[in-house]
Parts: sequence; structure tokens; C-alpha cells
Amino acid sequence: METNQQKELSPFREFWHSFAQNRGAVIGLAVLTFFIAIGIFSPLLAPYSPSQLFEGTYRLPPAFTSGGNIKFFLGTDDVGRDILSRLIYGTSLSLGVGLMVVVVSLISGTILGLLAGYFEKHVDSTIMRLTDIIMALPSTLLAIVVAAILGPGLVNAVWAVSIVAIPNYIRLVRALVMAEKKRAYVTAAHAYGAGHIRIMLSEILPNCTAPIIVQATLGLSEGILNAAALGFLGLGAQPPTPEWGTMLADARPFMESSPWMVTFPGLSILLVVLALNLVGDGLRDALDPRLKK
Amino acid sequence: MLLDVQNLTITFDTKYGPLTAVRDLSFSLKMGETLGVVGESGCGKSITNLAIMGLLPTQAKISATRLAFEGNDLVSMSERQWQRLRGKDIAMIFQDPMSALNPCYTVGHQLVETLLVHRDFSKKEAWSESLNLMEQVGIPAPSERLKAYPHELSGGMAQRVMIAMAISSNPKLLIADEPTTALDVTIQDQILRLLKDLQEKRQMSLMLVTHDLGVVAQNTDRIQVMYAGEVVESGLTQEVIHHPTHPYTSGLLAGHPTAEVSTKGKARLPSIPGMVPDLRHRPQGCQFHPRCSYAQDKCRREMPSDAGPTRCFYPLSNGRPA
Amino acid sequence: MLKAVLKKILNLIPTLLGVSVLAFLLIRLVPGDPIMLLLGERGADPQMYAEMKRTMGLDRSLLHQYFTFLSNVLRGDFGYSIVSKRPVLTEFLDRFPATLELGIMAMTFAITLGIPFGIIAAVKRNTIFDYSLMGAGLVGYSMPIFWWGLMLIIVFSVKLGWTPVSGRIDVLYEIERHTGLLLIDSWMSPDGGFAAFKSALSHLILPALAMGTIPLAVVARMTRSSMLEVLGEDYIRTARAKGLPYVRVVIVHALRNAMVPIITILGLLFGSIITGAILTEMIFSWPGIGKWIVFSINARDYPVIQGGVVMIASLVILTNTIVDVLYLWANPRMRQ
Repeated sequence: METNQQKELSPFREFWHSFAQNRGAVIGLAVLTFFIAIGIFSPLLAPYSPSQLFEGTYRLPPAFTSGGNIKFFLGTDDVGRDILSRLIYGTSLSLGVGLMVVVVSLISGTILGLLAGYFEKHVDSTIMRLTDIIMALPSTLLAIVVAAILGPGLVNAVWAVSIVAIPNYIRLVRALVMAEKKRAYVTAAHAYGAGHIRIMLSEILPNCTAPIIVQATLGLSEGILNAAALGFLGLGAQPPTPEWGTMLADARPFMESSPWMVTFPGLSILLVVLALNLVGDGLRDALDPRLKK
Repeated sequence: MLLDVQNLTITFDTKYGPLTAVRDLSFSLKMGETLGVVGESGCGKSITNLAIMGLLPTQAKISATRLAFEGNDLVSMSERQWQRLRGKDIAMIFQDPMSALNPCYTVGHQLVETLLVHRDFSKKEAWSESLNLMEQVGIPAPSERLKAYPHELSGGMAQRVMIAMAISSNPKLLIADEPTTALDVTIQDQILRLLKDLQEKRQMSLMLVTHDLGVVAQNTDRIQVMYAGEVVESGLTQEVIHHPTHPYTSGLLAGHPTAEVSTKGKARLPSIPGMVPDLRHRPQGCQFHPRCSYAQDKCRREMPSDAGPTRCFYPLSNGRPA
Repeated sequence: MLKAVLKKILNLIPTLLGVSVLAFLLIRLVPGDPIMLLLGERGADPQMYAEMKRTMGLDRSLLHQYFTFLSNVLRGDFGYSIVSKRPVLTEFLDRFPATLELGIMAMTFAITLGIPFGIIAAVKRNTIFDYSLMGAGLVGYSMPIFWWGLMLIIVFSVKLGWTPVSGRIDVLYEIERHTGLLLIDSWMSPDGGFAAFKSALSHLILPALAMGTIPLAVVARMTRSSMLEVLGEDYIRTARAKGLPYVRVVIVHALRNAMVPIITILGLLFGSIITGAILTEMIFSWPGIGKWIVFSINARDYPVIQGGVVMIASLVILTNTIVDVLYLWANPRMRQ
């Protein structure tokens, strides 16, 4: 009786039920929602423009420490810009870059993985060999090499970080497709005379979504981290863009005298990435049928 | 008395409330005796074994008026005392020998390891004793097999290795938990005969736990039938097999018509309708009544006692209700 | 076993060739004249320009150019750095020990703490111990190390003054190079000894800590989940039923089996050492490969970028192969 009742729950309700049992994942989701809200409403929330210079208030410490000014809650930077405002505006940049990376790498990785897993043989070995080569290059190295070829900049950073992330999706989707391909419903679709593309996209792919969603969540956090790293190395967003990694690089020369300038951008990155990883872990536990008891 | 169990109750704390896996279980075993424990899976047989070995998981709560081995109380034993008992005085072999051996170490390594723990041997002596044991359990070319990894053995061979390991320190009690279930039919017989042989030669006690009445019919002195964590019937093997008084025993026998004739033939699933009850939501009264075709009103209300040989209000005689 | 190892080594070849193709194309993908990219300001000299054009075979087919490049690489000729005018290989070998020393230290830190943490968390599963270890693990796993490194400097170097801010060793010491690893060389130098060793170690600690944090978190998480799986196996019950002490069961019987996935993850981590090194070396001004590569990219020193990519990728591929061989050792079932 009990199990029957559970089965009557809608798939989403059932998913939410098991996701909500993971306290960490719920906290992560709350933090993430908070940052997304900040990203969307940044013009309303930020006290000042991210590029507004306040003369005479250079490297002011945060309001809650001695010497701080309540007008600048997290202090100001070396040219007198309000750090809080810059962080708030940077939120949409960091999240947006991460999202772009996921979209680009998810789409291309899924297509390549589908092809490799579905056709096997030569298609597979070619794609997998390319994947091996990309994987042989450490991700940051690959990203900076790509950024070096394309030149520094936020958009190029998206490309660079996306290329690094593609192999993850290829390998995941390929493995999933190979497993699904042997199922009866695919054989049935073949028998009905469905074409390869139709079988791949409307038969196999929908059955692989859960692991791909989990991978995309983790890919989002990795994308944000890698894009910020490129910004930090001077190969991503260029100053005076208030991107968090770039802000960190700008603040670095002043870290001894004004440590708050490096503390808050990095803390923001850590919080967003941590929240995404918590949500990712929760999604995996909730969606992965092998772990479900 | 070698093993004395009185009113053993084992409860697990689960997320969905307490689960009583074994309830008010009492039995005993004399030196050199063989006892068959029979019942479907989920009847608390393996949990009982683990309790006797002190290997229950930490969520398990155990209570008993008496749980003693050679007069020593097991409930209050420290982990250190357990280690001296396990593998030495009480040894155990398991259902799936292939997964019961550590895949990373050679057979010899695992045998020697056991010998070094419990017996005062040098490594060299342990190795030659291992050879000796391998011969005793009938493994051909033992010195080569000692160097083999478990995945290089067949299931029957692996079980023989498990037996060699179990008897290595001359245990007083050997618990065999479904020792032949995972093996081929032809191998089953050999392993059972080996167990019986060793038991007689070494005068150890043997607890043969199985869901298959055929396995115990020829190899045990006494049997006890377990259902939902309780003993429902016990007695001399031949007596119980030929004249079952509890409807559950009778049902098990019906599912295994050849039991009294021989142990040959693949174990058949009992043909009793229904399933072992969910132990979190035990039925009222007799635990077996939802599946019993002879159940009366009294069976649904009251619990029969285990005072007599059978835990039933209306014991059968000659396969029929009295 | 030997056959399996040989097969692994044969599998290396196509991947290595692929990397060389990638590095070869790199220089041709960047907008601009590849000869000028490779020669820098020296390209203004028409004689140099013509010679470079001939050695690169730019008038020949792309395939011919590739084979020229490949044969040069196989002979260890990666060209000359535009900035330092020295051979790329020499530059690489000069800096490699610094990265190696940092990497070894970081991985030692990650493994010696990560595995015990993972084991304890698994054995004490669902206790406050487990929760706090794994919570800390997730924070470590999410850490932007370029920020973490800066934070470590602010706390330990600036505020507490315990460790130096950057570099490998105090400028006081002139250390002769034997191994290139200062922790060893410092003992062997005439003016070295314990003081020099201490100086080298104090310079190494913070970068190694920063670089080892993510590997530490990964190793601890992996060890925990791998141990949890293994501890539920039948042979663990057998080992306990044999009367072995629990510690022996966990270390000898469980850990050995749990090592299989741990080794896999360690291999991936060794591959990611360079990733960590790039960021860590930038933060701590550590004179290794990572800093060299970033510096060269900013200086558009293309021969270095090209050669560096080939050498780093080869190193990663080699480590992965070594890990695969270790994997065979750890898992007897895989040997056939």
C-alpha cells in the first residue's frame, strides 16, 4: 500500500521529496537563488554604479571595521570605487559566463557524445581520440592557450573554458547512449523505421537527461571557477569590468595593506561555487536511481 | 551445553521505525551436534548467526535472558574478547564463496593470515599447515592453489578454501550460512559431504543454515524451522521431516517433495502463497496466519507460545489439521 | 601483466601524436605571420627570416612542415625562446624541478591527510565527525585556489609573519643545483645545511598547502565513498569472522580494495598538478613551469608556448599511463 501511494506522486514531487531531504542541497539552492536574485536586480540593489569613482576615499576599509565608512559597506578599492556595488554588478557577469559555458559545452559535448555512442566504430574512435588529446592538456593550460590564441577578453574566455568542459559531456553522454541503445524501446523504434536522428534525439536523449543535468550543474560551478581563474591571470574579462576574478587580480598589489579588496571577490566566488556543488550533489542523489533505495 | 540462546531479541533502528528481526528466540546446541536451521530468506536466520558471531551492525539492539557460548556470556563481551572467539572457537562460512574471499590477496595469504591470528605459528609453519588444510578439504594441487587469487578459483573450490579457513583453528562450532546455495547442484553434494565428514572427524558442532529442507534432511541431527524471526517448529530431523506439525514446515516440505528421499535435485522455492511479513508491521497473533490455510480466529488474535515442539494452536498430524 | 603494460604503452603513441598536431597547429591558428611569431624581433633580420622560413619549410606542404616539426621535437629541439633567446628545452628543464618539488609536496599533503580523513569518515559514518570532515571537504573542493593562496599569504605571511611571501628560498643562500629540488640540494651545498633547508621548506609550505587543498578534498571524498562501498562487501565480513582486529580489517582488507578507485582519482589529480601549478606559481612567484607558461603567453613567446604544450601534455599522458599500470597492480582481476 505504502509503496503504491508513493508511486502516485508526480515525478517532480517525488524528485523534490528526495532532494529536500538533503539539507546541504536545500541550503545550496537558497544561496544560489540569493545570488541569482542579486544578479537579476543588480541595478536596483547596488548603491552606486560599478565604475563611479569617489575622490578622496581610496582603499577605505569595510564599514564594520575601524576606519570604515557606512556609505561603503565593503569598503572601496584603489581608485575609490565601491566594492559592494562592483561585486553586485559582477554577480550577473560570473553567473552569466558560467551559464554560457554550460550552454556551449553542453550542446557541443552532447552532440559529439551522441554521435560517438550511437555510431561507435570510426566515429567513436575519432571523437574519443580528440577527447583524449584535450584531456591530456591540463584544463587551465588549455584555457590559457586558447585564450592566448583568441586574445584576452570575456567572450574569448567563455570559448576557452567551454572547450575545456566539452570532454566531460562527451564521455558522459557516450556512455549513457551506449547503455540506452541496447534497450528494447530503441530496437522497437528501429523496427518502426525511425531514422537515426529521430532515434537519437527523441528516443535516446530524453532518457539520458538526469545525469546530464547533474553534470551541467557541476559544469556550471567549474565554468565559473575557470573563467574567474582566467580573469585572475589577466586573460579573461579586462579591467575595469567588475568580474570577480579580474577584481581579485586588480586588488592583488594591495593585499598586504588592504586585504578586504581581495577577500570579498574571492569569498563571492567560493560561495557561488560551493552552493552549486551542494545543489549538484543533491541533484545526483535525488536523480540517480542507483543511489535511490 | 556449547551454545545456549534464551529469549534472544534483535531490533534494528531504521528510519521508518524499529524493526524486530529476531523475536524471543531460544535454542541450544550440544557439543558435536548438528543443527539445521530452515526458513525462507528474511526469516532472521542470518541475523541470528551474526549475533552469535558478534558481527551485528551498530544499529542493531540485542537483548537476551541468556546468550552464552561454553557458559561465557556473549552479550557483555568486549570487542577484544570477541576477536579471540571469532574464527577460533566459532567459525563461519557464507553463501557466496566468490565474494567472501578478498579479491586482492592470494588464497595462501588469506589462509596464513587466519592461522597467524589464532595459532602460535611462524610464517613458514603457517604455510605448511595451510597446505595440510587444503588437502583436508580435498583441493587438488594445493601448493599451486595457494598462490592463486580468488577469481582464479571455481565456486566450489572457493567454498572449500572458505571451509579450510574456517576449520584452521579447530573451532568448536562451525556455522554454515547457506553454504551451497550459490553453487552448482553437483558441487552442492560434495560440499555438504565434506562438511559432514569434517564435522564427524573433528567432533565439532555444526549449524547448517538454509532455506532448502533437502540440504538438512540427511546432514543434521536436529532441525528448527524459523519464520519471521521466531522458531515455529523444532525436533529431530527425521521426526520433523516425516511428521511436520506446523503448517509452515508442511508448506516448505510440500515445495520440496524429494526432501525425504534424497538431497539431489535443485532447491525449489517453497510453494506457500504470500510473502514473509514486513517486520516493521508484524501481523497480530500468529505470524504465519496471513499465509496459513488452516488459520482460525484465535490465530489472528493471540500469539501461540513456543513452549512445545511447535508454535501452533492447531498442530497438524499426518499432514492434516487435528 | 607485462602484455597489458605493453598495450598501455602502445596506446600512448596516437595520443602523443595528436598532441603534437595540436601544438603544431597552434602557431598557425594565431593570427599573424608564424615566422614572425616564432622569431619575434629577430624576424626583422632578413637573413634570420629566410633561414627560419627554410627550416620550417613554409614553402612546402603542411604535411611536410608537420614532419619537420615532429622530427625536431623527437630530437629535443623545440626552438628558441624569443624572450631569453635560450633553447626552450633548457628553459623547461631549468624550471621543471621547482614545479616537481611543489607538486610532490602538495600531493604528499593531499594523500597523507586525505586518505586517513576519508577512512575515518567512512568508519565513523553519519557521526558529527563524518559530517564536519565532509563539509570541510566540500568547501575545499569548491575553493578558488588563486584566492585561497592570497588568503593564506595574508594570514600566515602578512599578519602572523610565519612564512615568506614568495620565492623558493632566502636570497642569502647560494644553492648549487644537483637535483633541482631545493629540499635536497640545500643539504648538499657548502653554505647550506639545516638553516638553508628550513628556509626552503618555509617557502614551500604555503604554496604546497594552497595547491594541495583541492586534491586533499577530492582524495578524502573519494576515499570515503570507496571505503563505504568496500566495507559492505562480503569479504570484509569474512575477515571479521576470522577474528582479525578491526583496524587490520580496515587497513589490510578494506583499504587495499578501496585503493583501486583512489588510484584512478590520484592519477587524474597528478594530471591536474600543472593546472594547480599555473595558478599557485603565479600567486607565490614560484619559479616553475606554470609561471613560465603564463609569462610566455603574456609575452607572446610562441616557441615556448608550443614547446611547453608538447612537454606538459606528454608528462600528463605519461603519468596517466603509470597510473594505469598501478591500477593493474592494485586490481589482480584486471590483469588478464
